[in-house]
Amino acid sequence: MDLLSDLFLAKAAFIGIVFAITLGIAAYSTYFERKIAAFMQDRIGPDRAGPFGILQPLADAVKMFMKEDFIPANSNKWLFIAGPCLSMLTALMTSAVVPFGDTVTIGGVTFDLQGIDVNIGILWVFGIVSLGVYGILIGGWASNNKYSLLGAIRAASQNISYELAMGLAIIAILLFTGSLSTKAIVEGQQNGHWNIFYQPLGFIIFLICAFAECNRTPFDLPECETELIGGYHTEYSSMKLGFYLFAEYINMFISGAVMATLYFGGYDYPGIDFVTAQFGNNIAVFVGMGALIGKALLFVFVFMWVRWTLPRFRYDQLMGLGWAGLIPLSMYNVVVTAFGILIGKPFTAGIVGVVLLILGLLIHDQLFVKKKIA
Amino acid sequence: MAISNIWYFLSGLTLLSALMVVLAKNPIHSVLYLVFTFFCISGHYVLLNAQFLMAVNIIVYAGAIMVLFLFVIMMFDLKKNQPESKSSLTKLAGSVVAGTLLVLFVALLRKNNLPAPSEVNFKSQTGMVETLGKILYTEYLLPFELISILFFVAMVGAVMLGKREAGERNF
Repeated sequence: MDLLSDLFLAKAAFIGIVFAITLGIAAYSTYFERKIAAFMQDRIGPDRAGPFGILQPLADAVKMFMKEDFIPANSNKWLFIAGPCLSMLTALMTSAVVPFGDTVTIGGVTFDLQGIDVNIGILWVFGIVSLGVYGILIGGWASNNKYSLLGAIRAASQNISYELAMGLAIIAILLFTGSLSTKAIVEGQQNGHWNIFYQPLGFIIFLICAFAECNRTPFDLPECETELIGGYHTEYSSMKLGFYLFAEYINMFISGAVMATLYFGGYDYPGIDFVTAQFGNNIAVFVGMGALIGKALLFVFVFMWVRWTLPRFRYDQLMGLGWAGLIPLSMYNVVVTAFGILIGKPFTAGIVGVVLLILGLLIHDQLFVKKKIA
Repeated sequence: MAISNIWYFLSGLTLLSALMVVLAKNPIHSVLYLVFTFFCISGHYVLLNAQFLMAVNIIVYAGAIMVLFLFVIMMFDLKKNQPESKSSLTKLAGSVVAGTLLVLFVALLRKNNLPAPSEVNFKSQTGMVETLGKILYTEYLLPFELISILFFVAMVGAVMLGKREAGERNF
């Protein structure tokens, strides 16, 4: 490839912008997390740095950099440093295949708003998600602290368990699209044919798995304060801790973007034809990019909302939900989806599938579950 | 940069990290070098235009199997579980066997002049997921299904081994 061609430079600029947007949103997610927590707990929240505390992320960043950077004496020094770096790296790599928009023409260069359009896009996401656990595992082991190690091991087993259900939920999507490319998945959902209408069950499974993969409450067992002090980042301080926390917020935003891509039509929005006719293609595409980011931010809000609403799971409940709950459910979803495509009525099949599932659960509950007498 | 230079660089990196897997004293380092080796091999798949194999290699090996390796090794107390040093006779026998194998391989490669792939018959789409799927479900359907049965048996076996019988100790 010619390193100085216009197309290459345009793509490089686009990737730089995506990185800047991701990092900016992650930084401000910390602020909004605290504001939302404050709102839900009837407090005010950060309000000292700047108007409405809007400069709080900057103040936090300065604090993180100024703190003492401490490395425990008996730790494995290089791996201790590598842990947070790997977490950050894997968090940022996923956005490469998320399609942020259709093709635009700027200054005579036509390119699509996507890092790389590979024909294995969704497998790339899946691969990077499965690598995400290395940062936590290595950091937790290198700290040479039993609590860190326990947190790391919890994180590893949790991520591996929930990847299975996540993969099965993705398979149902792939049955619809017939392609692994994220671009093709989005193009199959244009004009309001969003996958959420055909895959309500699959979306709920994917959402729960996303919570578990991001280590967010109610699945934040790896850093459970009451049992493990701080979990895998007990020994971390300064910007290394900052990287771990930052990677979590990046993961939230990116998994929101992936969910929007898979289930909510990606950069599709109502009235796209009208905007294209009135203002031209470029404006319509950039509005689409805004729509995708807006959908992703909505999911970030859901992540925060759930965090301040639900209590934490117990560890055996977490494993039980993953292996005995979600995996059979997602297999059922795959079968229902395949049947729906076979008879040519995927929408009806999706709805009937959910209704049958609820009916089955109710009947099972009535027949076999003994009620405790209160 | 020519594509062959990338190939040489990647191959050197692969061999180096594969050697470090064996030479590293700390088992955790060994596992991490092995993960890195898998990444290099995935790089080779990309050079061969086999993106699907690259992704599956990372998901299955680097993402799942090596995490389990790491998981098990982290549970060990590494100070207590050092393997004892082998006697010099074992070391000698080991190097003789390895040397013979190396000579055998070199001789075999020299004997069989592998034909260079012709550029006319080369299909760039061979490694793509569509082609792979079609071949697996037509030409190689029986072996593919047999392998899936094998996997199923292994899975049932693992569940049986891991299952707690009624009244067994809960730990």
